[in-house]
Amino acid sequence: MKKILALLLAVVMVFALAACGGNNNDEAKDDFKVGFIFLHDENSTYDKNFMDAAAAVQKELGLTDEQVLYKSNIPESNECYEAALELVDAGCDVIFGDSFGFESHLLKAAKEHPEVQFCHATGTNAKTAGLANYHNAFASIYEGRYLAGIAAGMKLNEMIKEGKFTAEEAKMGYVGAFPYAEVISGFSSFYLGAKSVCPTVTMEVKYTNSWFDIAAEKEAAQALIQSGCKLISQHADSEGAPKACEEKGIPNIAYNINTSSIGPNTAIISSKISWEPYMKLMIESVMNGKEIPVDYTGTLATGSVQLTELNEKVAAEGTQAALDAAAEKLKNGEIHVFDTSTFTVGGKTLDENTLADVIPDANYEADTKVVSDGYYHESEYRSAPYFFVVIDGITGVIPE
Amino acid sequence: MNNVKKRKDPLIRISKRDVPVWWKSLIIRVVAVAFALVACAGLIVIISDYNPLDVFKTMIEGNFGTERKIWNLLQNTALLLCISLAVTPAFKMKFWNLGAEGQALIGALSTAACMIYLGDKLPSPVLILVMLVVSILSGMIWAVLPAIFKAKFNTNESLFTLMMNYVATQLVLYCITFWENPKGSNTVGIINFDSESGWLPALFDQKYLLNILIVTVITVIMYIYLKYSKHGYEISVVGESENTARYIGINVKKVIIRTVLVSGAVCGITGFLLVSGTHHTITADTVGGQGFTAIMVSWLAKFNPFVMAGVSFLITFLERGAGEIATILRLNQSVAAIMQGIILFFIIGSDFFINYKINFRSSKKEGHK
Repeated sequence: MKKILALLLAVVMVFALAACGGNNNDEAKDDFKVGFIFLHDENSTYDKNFMDAAAAVQKELGLTDEQVLYKSNIPESNECYEAALELVDAGCDVIFGDSFGFESHLLKAAKEHPEVQFCHATGTNAKTAGLANYHNAFASIYEGRYLAGIAAGMKLNEMIKEGKFTAEEAKMGYVGAFPYAEVISGFSSFYLGAKSVCPTVTMEVKYTNSWFDIAAEKEAAQALIQSGCKLISQHADSEGAPKACEEKGIPNIAYNINTSSIGPNTAIISSKISWEPYMKLMIESVMNGKEIPVDYTGTLATGSVQLTELNEKVAAEGTQAALDAAAEKLKNGEIHVFDTSTFTVGGKTLDENTLADVIPDANYEADTKVVSDGYYHESEYRSAPYFFVVIDGITGVIPE
Repeated sequence: MNNVKKRKDPLIRISKRDVPVWWKSLIIRVVAVAFALVACAGLIVIISDYNPLDVFKTMIEGNFGTERKIWNLLQNTALLLCISLAVTPAFKMKFWNLGAEGQALIGALSTAACMIYLGDKLPSPVLILVMLVVSILSGMIWAVLPAIFKAKFNTNESLFTLMMNYVATQLVLYCITFWENPKGSNTVGIINFDSESGWLPALFDQKYLLNILIVTVITVIMYIYLKYSKHGYEISVVGESENTARYIGINVKKVIIRTVLVSGAVCGITGFLLVSGTHHTITADTVGGQGFTAIMVSWLAKFNPFVMAGVSFLITFLERGAGEIATILRLNQSVAAIMQGIILFFIIGSDFFINYKINFRSSKKEGHK
């Protein structure tokens, strides 16, 4: 009996301690709070890019850890909605979600909590949802990919000049996640960048049907190399493809992270979306009681589209100067990535009646004319990409 | 005499306890939970500089901090309880149904299918009834297939039901590719977002109240069914000894199939509540492993539906508390999973101490000489 009594006392003690656990909450200097919902954690290059931006903006604006809440490894399901409500409960004034599949769950939370601002990266519904507290954002990353494509084309030219292969054999490989507009827009701009300096280049695309699958991305890259690709780029979130390239000595152009540590002898450059400008705008707008843009497109000019440091050891001579010059021309509108005179679709040039599916609807109807002034206006009618065109010279765009 | 003296007792001897008194086992369980919490606090202290006492405070705040959190706690308890109730009749009969996860998932899938295909064709109340019926039927089909094979060919029901889980998961993944919305998300998104067609209505402005009431009713019915109905009696007898059951004239095959149908039906209802009442979407993780946690809940509660309510509440509370700690400390949500693992380890481990006694070699006996 004594033993039992002792045990009971021990239990009571534990709970008593729990109940009186100190009231040492730091006095909140400022009651502003921002919450972030991430699909994965820092092991995914996609989410790391967002997390790094959030950390940088937190530092820049002098926010404390209590003011910046993270929810990582949140799946695109009801858990996203629950995570958003948790953040609302925690007193967040603005909540940011980083994954495309979060959209309807964030919309549900936004509908129920009009007092909290919701910002969703890569989404498509803000313009038509009719919710004042729901916003979309993306970046015109096709500009960055176009520049990266120039670096790729110059590398191909160098290898042709060295006699490694002929101009006709200049074929690039591209590992894509899914055959969606975002991916197609990305590799088409990459291809056009390369073609602008290496006119004979062709490209083959392979999809992994996953945003993050190290093994599948590596295998896809290896298969592309096997089929004669001289340079690889990718739009998927793992380091699978850069690793395959380093093993085979094939130059690689990456996305969102600097891969020169993974591929010191093969990594050339990466295009990258910097979310810092948008996150800063979002936080400052809410802090100062201003409206957040309904649908925001960050560009080269806003600093949202960036290139990582060029790996001079691998890149062709003069690449940096060429990139700087092209970036300047893109910024001042002298050249356009999707200039309809630089590519054909089924042997024809796109005309002004070309439609794209900009307004979200159940049937994915193409509803908006997107070609005017001689170029395809990507990310202008909506921040999320809608370029869904099969350009001549690229194979495997739509898988059988 | 000398011989006996030389043989030493082992240092630790494990012996079976007599049927433990209820309050003794309760104390052992409470102590186990306390130990689990201490271990979790230890973990948090090791990986961060957080005050261990704040760990407990955070756990309580994470569950009771706001009105919404309390509702969530009750709602999650209700859903875990519902699926635990579902597995209970079969387990009591010693039919090792490990397929509750798949049975609930298939119920969820058929509920979602009704919402998607009939959402704009039927008025919501009719639709909800259709969804309920279809989910029950699909849960029953998923459960009865292994039972028929068991009854007819004596196949191993654990393996069979376990594999049916994978079939259900793959079916969901397959359907998602058809129902994907928006295109490119590889998810179904929220179904009938604008019309809210097929969503269980909110009672008194509380969106989860109806879920909780439905599960409460099922709990009471299940208690009566198991304890006072003829079916319940037959289940116990078959569970104790099939031969005895046969001897007293129970049609064992019939009882097995009937009971498994009951299990499958309640699993189907769980899937229905998950999709129609809570998530309004479907993913391969909609049931989220609750089908397996339910097995533990059912066993720990010794198949008593009311005790199961308590166990479900405890597990839900601890899981949510662990999640809250991960958020507050800005730790990866995997930390929550680790803590859940620790807690479950202690809770399951406590069962050992309830059923067995550890005897240390005592020195008293030697003194007797």
